[in-house]
Formats: sequence, C-alpha cells, structure tokens
Amino acid sequence: MSVADPAAATPATSEKASGRWDHLRQALRSGTFLVGLVIVLFWVFCAIFGTEIVPYDPYADDLLNALMPPSREHWFGTDQLGRDVFSRVIVGARDILTIAPLATLISTILGAALGLAMGYFRGIIDESISRIVDALLALPTVIVALLALVALGPSSITVVCVIGFTFAPIIARTVRAGVLAERELEYVFAAQLRRENALHVMFVEILPNVLPPLLVEATVRLGYAIFAVASLSFIGFGIQPPSPDWGLSISANYGLIGAGYWWTVLFDGAAIATLVVAVNLAADGLQGALDE
Amino acid sequence: MIGFLLKRAGLSLVTLWLLSVMVFAGAQVLPGNIGRAMLGPFADERAVEALNHEMGTDRPVLVQYADWISRFAVGDMGNSYAYRAPVGPFLFTALVNSAKLALVAFLLVVPLGIFGGIVAALNLGRPIDRILTVVGLSATIVPEFVSGIVLILIFGVWLQWLPISATWPADAGFSTQVYHLLLPSIPLVLILFGYIARMARAGMVEALDSDYTRTAILKGLPRRTVIWRHVLRNALLPTISVIATQTAYLIGGLVIIETLFHYQGIGGLIFTAASKKDFPMLQAGVLTVGAIFTLASLCADLLYALLNPRIRVGGRE
Repeated sequence: MSVADPAAATPATSEKASGRWDHLRQALRSGTFLVGLVIVLFWVFCAIFGTEIVPYDPYADDLLNALMPPSREHWFGTDQLGRDVFSRVIVGARDILTIAPLATLISTILGAALGLAMGYFRGIIDESISRIVDALLALPTVIVALLALVALGPSSITVVCVIGFTFAPIIARTVRAGVLAERELEYVFAAQLRRENALHVMFVEILPNVLPPLLVEATVRLGYAIFAVASLSFIGFGIQPPSPDWGLSISANYGLIGAGYWWTVLFDGAAIATLVVAVNLAADGLQGALDE
Repeated sequence: MIGFLLKRAGLSLVTLWLLSVMVFAGAQVLPGNIGRAMLGPFADERAVEALNHEMGTDRPVLVQYADWISRFAVGDMGNSYAYRAPVGPFLFTALVNSAKLALVAFLLVVPLGIFGGIVAALNLGRPIDRILTVVGLSATIVPEFVSGIVLILIFGVWLQWLPISATWPADAGFSTQVYHLLLPSIPLVLILFGYIARMARAGMVEALDSDYTRTAILKGLPRRTVIWRHVLRNALLPTISVIATQTAYLIGGLVIIETLFHYQGIGGLIFTAASKKDFPMLQAGVLTVGAIFTLASLCADLLYALLNPRIRVGGRE
C-alpha cells in the first residue's frame, strides 16, 4: 500500500499530500481506470434514467408473450411472466446501485473513524478493536449477512447496515496502517505541541494524508458490496420482489435454463459481471496511479 | 518459537470466543422471541410460550449462552428445530460433502494460480503479465452464481459435457463423484485464482529482485536452477498463508454454489437453516465455519513460521 516509509518522509507533508493527489489525477489518464469509469457511468445512467428510456414497463406482465426468445420487439426476449427482459435489465441497475454505494459509504465512514482511533491511540484500544475485527473477519460476509438478515428479517435497510458494518473492519485495517506511519511524522508532533486535541489531530491533520489509500480501498469495497448484495438477492435475502434486480431475476429464472430459456438469466448475469468488473478496473487504475 | 506458538494459539482462542458470542447474539438474542419468530405472528400466545419453554429460550440470556457453549464445546450442538433431531449428524454429513467440493476446487486452483503468478512474474510488464493480472482480478470479483450460470449454460445445456446437478447417484464411485463436482468447482476456482496468482506474482517479483538472486545469476548458474532453487522457495511463502486464509471465503462461496447446484454441503445447510429459521442448526453451522477459518489461519501462520527461519529462530518479524 501507499504507506509512507517514516524514514524517507520529508518534513514538508503538504507537498507529499498534494503529490498523492497528482497521482489520482494521473489515474484519469490510465486505460483501465477510464474503461471501468465509462461502464460504471453507463449503469449509473441506467439506474437514474432507466424507467424513462426503456421500451416496455419492466413490471408489466404479458402472459400471452411469456418466454419469447430475443426478437426485434423484445431485444433480450421475455421472462416467464412475459415481462420484457431488456427493460428489466436496464431498470434493474437501480436498486443495487442504491444499496451497494450506501453500504460502502457507511463502511468507509465507520472504518475511517475506527482505523484513525486504532492507529492513533494504539495500545489497549487498538488491541481490543483488533480482536473484534479478527473475529468478524473469520466469517465470510455472505454468512454474517445471512445470520443478521435471518435475525432481523430481510429488508433493504438491513442489507445496507449489515454490509456497511461487516466491511468497516477491513477499511479500518487499511486506515490504521496508514495512520501508524503518519503519526510518527513531524506535522503530527507539531499539532500535539500546539496542544490540539486528539480529535483535531486525527481528523484534521492525519485524515487528509490517508485519504488516497482510503479512496482506493472504498472503491474496492464498492465492488465487493455489489458482489455481496447480488449474492444475497440471489439466495432470497437481499433485494425483494417485485424489483427487477439482476440477482433476483436470475434466482427466479435459473430453474428454466435446463429447458433452454437462456435469455432469462444470461443478460442479467452479464449486467452484474460488467458492473463489478468495471468497478474493480477503476479501483485497479486508482491503485496503480498511487503506486507509481 | 514456543512463545510465538502459544501467543498465536491464545489469540485464536480469543477470536473463537468472540465469534461464539457474536453467533449467539445473532441467532438467539437479535430475533427476540424465538418461539414467536418460528410460529409466526398469528400463533396462539400459549403455544409460543410452550415452545419457548421446550427449547429453553425463556431462560435468562447468560444462562442460555453458558448452556449452549458448554454443550457445544463437548460436541453436543443441540437439536434442530426443523428436523427435531440432533444437529451433529446433519452437520457432519454436510461437512464431508463440502470438503469434497472444496478439495476438487483447491486441487484445480492451487497449481493453476501459482503457475499463473509465476508466468506473470517472469514476464513482468509484458502484455501477458497485464492480461493475467486483469483477468485474475476480474474473475475474483464476479459473483459465483453468475459464472456458475454461464458455465451451466455452456457445459451443461449446450455442449452437454458435464452434469448440471452436483448430487450424484447413491452408489456412485469416486470418478463419478469427481465428475459431478467439476462444474460446481469451476466458479470457486475462478474466484480464488486471482488471489493466489496475485500473491505468487508479488512473491516472485520480490524474490527475483533480491540480492541473492542477483548473486546466483552472476555466479553463472543456469536460469532454470536460479528459479527453481533460489527464487521459488522464497517466493511461495506468502502464497501459502493466502491459500489457507482463502478457506473461509471458499466456504462463503459454498453457500451460493451449493444453492445453485442443489448440493447438500455446509453452505446448503446454513442456507436451509436460515430459510427455515432453524436457529440451532444455523448457529452450529456458522460457528463451525468460523472455527474452521480460525484453525486454518492458525495453521497458515504456524506453517509460515516453520518454513521461514527468520521467524522460527525468534528473530525480527
């Protein structure tokens, strides 16, 4: 990661920080980042304006035209209720692109706060939070989420909170590593000598300097949040019907693929795959720019 | 070494204990009235109370926890609400099934991942390195059910090479079982390939760049000998711990894969228990998964220490 080597760090921290932001500007010129960004923006556009641009109502049944293969009228065919798959795939971006970014936002804020506290205070606070983090990380996200969703009942808000809380420790780890290197630097001593309180030093002095790795980690987490939400929806514990969500549509239709109705699942699958891969490419581009 | 071992094992125990508290809280405290959750909102109040009394869920929380964990520690995992039978045998069968699936996946992915990482590192910066990295990275993030669906369509429905159900006939021999497990294991391979290849690549790059490799090359050893005897040994150390750490994520993926392929493993068991609100089964399944992961990462650390003399002799980390 982009943790600065304390020995090599220069006293002029502001220069170093601005240097890192230059790297991020560089990311805009990297190929993988741009490809990822364009695909993500496409799906964001579909999520926002999808209902306005699709040819059919994604919720409207048309039983006379059920399970029609792709044709000029229905580009992606129709599902078992005769709903237009193309319209559903476009509008299906909406729920997952609301829930996953919200979950990522919660985990980033919570994780940053935790990581700052762990790295800055160290000692007993760091030790005890680390143990809880280890215990949480010993369970796969999908299983933690399943447990919490059974206990609290499946709902979108629960999904957001559960994924937000389970990802927070991972973000906290990244931030903690950054803070451990930063807290030895002279600008932190200077702030402490000015008798600034701990909150000020953590959030005003240190936080801006660990923002770039935090941003990369948050982008990576966004990819995994989409992964987790889609997986949970697929097993019935995530987004609930009648949403045209991709994971949900696959779970409703995959029993039919043995009979050859491939278009009811393949386009939804492609949508999930392009979105997660695009987010991941963007994250990789950011990371690459930071490492340079 | 002994000190390191004891400290590491102690930390694992603390992790396990915290895990048990979290699982207990998730399955027995959060749902509130368990009897009500199981019987539904319209059930008679007396029936709910009777069920709570029968299951012991009307006792104080701490008593329930102490009772549950002390029984669990000696292997008594309680009775399933859904099957009205002890959880243990169900869990054991499921674990054996999952172990078979996981084993097939591991046997495929470990050589593939390490090979991919080595190829990438030896071609550092060339297009093949970039392609392997981007493909590995992308395969890692695509959900198992998406790649699983595509694989079922291609190999199960269109080409008809592989069976689309992971459950084999009752009297199936070894090769038939492996044949049925091939398709479900590929999505897991895709997820893990990227991680293992990335670690192997990073280890290789570091080892190739080191002084001892330069010395070996400068004293005129053939490239093949340098790579086999000097680079690989050092490069693959971190990869070992990643492989062990990935077991938990493998099990997380099993929930999805076993649902998709109708396979009765630990993931399928956890999913069924969650759907039926079978809390004892759910608790036992989840805690077992956590325990397996904690043990696996303990083993990974110990193995790492054993293979790495700098830790073995108690020097700096």
